[in-house]
Amino acid sequence: MSEATLERGLNAFREQIDAPVAAFFSSCVSCGMCAEACLFYTETGDPKYTPIRKLEPLRRVWEQEYTIVGKIKSLFGLNQPVTDELLEEWQELLYDSCTMCARCSMVCPVGNDIAYMVRKAREGMVASGNAPEGVKGASMRAVKIGSPMGVTLKAVKAQIRHIEADSGYQIPMDEEGAEYMVMLSSMEIMNFPEYLEALAKIFKQAGATWTLCSTAFEATNSGIQIGSSDIARELVQRIVDGAERLKVKVVVSPECGHAYTAIRWEGPNLIGKPFSFKVVHILELLEEFRVAGRIKTEGLETDSMTFHDPCSLVRKGGVIEQPRNLMNMVTTNFVEMTDHGKWNWCCGGGGGVSSNEDAEELRIKAFKRKKEQIEETGADVLVTACANCRLVIEEGLEEYKVEIPITGLSELVAEHLVVDEDKEQ
Amino acid sequence: MNEPMEFLLWVRGPAFDIAALIFIVGIILRLFEIFSLGRKPNFSEPRGTEFGPGMKTIMNRSFPESGTFKRQPLTVIVGYVFHIGLLISLVLFVPHIELFRETFGFGWPGLPNPIVDAAAVISIVALLAALWHRITNPVMRVLTNHEDWLVWALTFLPMLTGYLAYHRMIEPYPLVLGLHILSVEALMVFFPFTKLMHAFTLFIARWYNGAMNGRRGVES
Repeated sequence: MSEATLERGLNAFREQIDAPVAAFFSSCVSCGMCAEACLFYTETGDPKYTPIRKLEPLRRVWEQEYTIVGKIKSLFGLNQPVTDELLEEWQELLYDSCTMCARCSMVCPVGNDIAYMVRKAREGMVASGNAPEGVKGASMRAVKIGSPMGVTLKAVKAQIRHIEADSGYQIPMDEEGAEYMVMLSSMEIMNFPEYLEALAKIFKQAGATWTLCSTAFEATNSGIQIGSSDIARELVQRIVDGAERLKVKVVVSPECGHAYTAIRWEGPNLIGKPFSFKVVHILELLEEFRVAGRIKTEGLETDSMTFHDPCSLVRKGGVIEQPRNLMNMVTTNFVEMTDHGKWNWCCGGGGGVSSNEDAEELRIKAFKRKKEQIEETGADVLVTACANCRLVIEEGLEEYKVEIPITGLSELVAEHLVVDEDKEQ
Repeated sequence: MNEPMEFLLWVRGPAFDIAALIFIVGIILRLFEIFSLGRKPNFSEPRGTEFGPGMKTIMNRSFPESGTFKRQPLTVIVGYVFHIGLLISLVLFVPHIELFRETFGFGWPGLPNPIVDAAAVISIVALLAALWHRITNPVMRVLTNHEDWLVWALTFLPMLTGYLAYHRMIEPYPLVLGLHILSVEALMVFFPFTKLMHAFTLFIARWYNGAMNGRRGVES
């Protein structure tokens, strides 16, 4: 990144202003309903966390430079300028207290997509040097090492050897011409290797060819979280190059929320052209296999199980029905949370919040929402499909001393998978 | 010289023409200001369409999600009551319709005056409640700036003066009627350049929201 200055920040804000942003700011009547949809407000009661207010710097640039009244006011020096101090103060609001979960975007009576604008506003924060250190560090590691958690290819290979030795399943790497290229999140590599093992089992049973890619094993995209299109583009380009090199048909996004947003929805726009391959989330793929009869399950759980929808999958991704069908593949006792699917509440750790140390205390407070939602279901097991949600929820529950096991949906499907004799290890 | 009558003739004549001109040109300018910014092309493979979901969101954002409603019922109720009362007073009051008929050559049936009167009173009460809510509600307080107060006053004055004129509570009548029309003209002049503009732009905002989400297969 080149040197961050206020002027560069203002330019980045200007670049982000488009017709939807102008329509949104023109429509806001300061009704405050967005606050009621935001867990950072509901759990703290502090009105400074009102979602639309988090956009004040971007709003000022829009008003002052893109409206007639604003331009006239500027002539008379009647505008409040966007200053370094303002941006510094807003860092907490745009990063620590926003996971870009987009729940506010679903309730705004005039239809403002606030999360869409927070994503944009962060571009100006990065360019002006006002992004939090923790998220900056993660982005730097992603660019330099290849993973925000600093996981190297060597570490991935070591995990693969472990899994292969333990399970007997083969984990292909750099297999040219495979149908599916599977990506991982660093958290899965480090904390949840069960995911990769589950995939190996499922792909074998489904009779599909797949591979990991040595130059694009990491799916997460810190550039999207911090709000730097430059970084995001570089990380997406690695995946595109890897997929093209291996000539795969489909790239599979892992159990991670923002990685899916990054590659599925922002990716093609970052590189400025459509992909030559398809992108699916692992849950979409499992659902495809289920519908085609390529995977079946047995010995269903009788424990009551509930599902936490990762925000990026439901509100931003449209992967809503798939997890429900898959849940019913593994348990006879699936209970929904009261607000589920597109109305689900965030775990509080998305959008870079979990890698932002400044946000830790606030995140634990905001987690109360999720904790209550989980407790209300009375479920024995919590299932999700995002390694970040999973870790954030595990930490949160520990903090509040609630004991409930958490597992990933893909693992659960693999656990109950009917394996044909010739495909057994 | 009959000053109130001259005042009335002025607000009904040249002042109204000027206000109407600013209103119409202003709205066109503001809409141009928004649409001319455009959108970047989207290269991601769509899961759904844009147009239909956009239209759907235009409709369904009029109805709040139940959980959010329960958390802040006053905002929703006051908003509904005020807007409906305002619309009834504006478009179903017989003298308003007659004015429209005189200008454009056609009209529509109105409601009996006592019903419109009641709607206006309810709307005025709702506006006062909205003001009280804006002053006392902590979330609204941090969001509110001078423009919100201005917009409130611009909306309140036509309702109040209309009520005073209808009940002839200020003498002479041409004066209070003139004040009513003048307050409407103030509303029209400020309309394109303030949040009042939401009456038009909310359809654009809702459509973009619904369309961008619909493209990703999300019903918003």
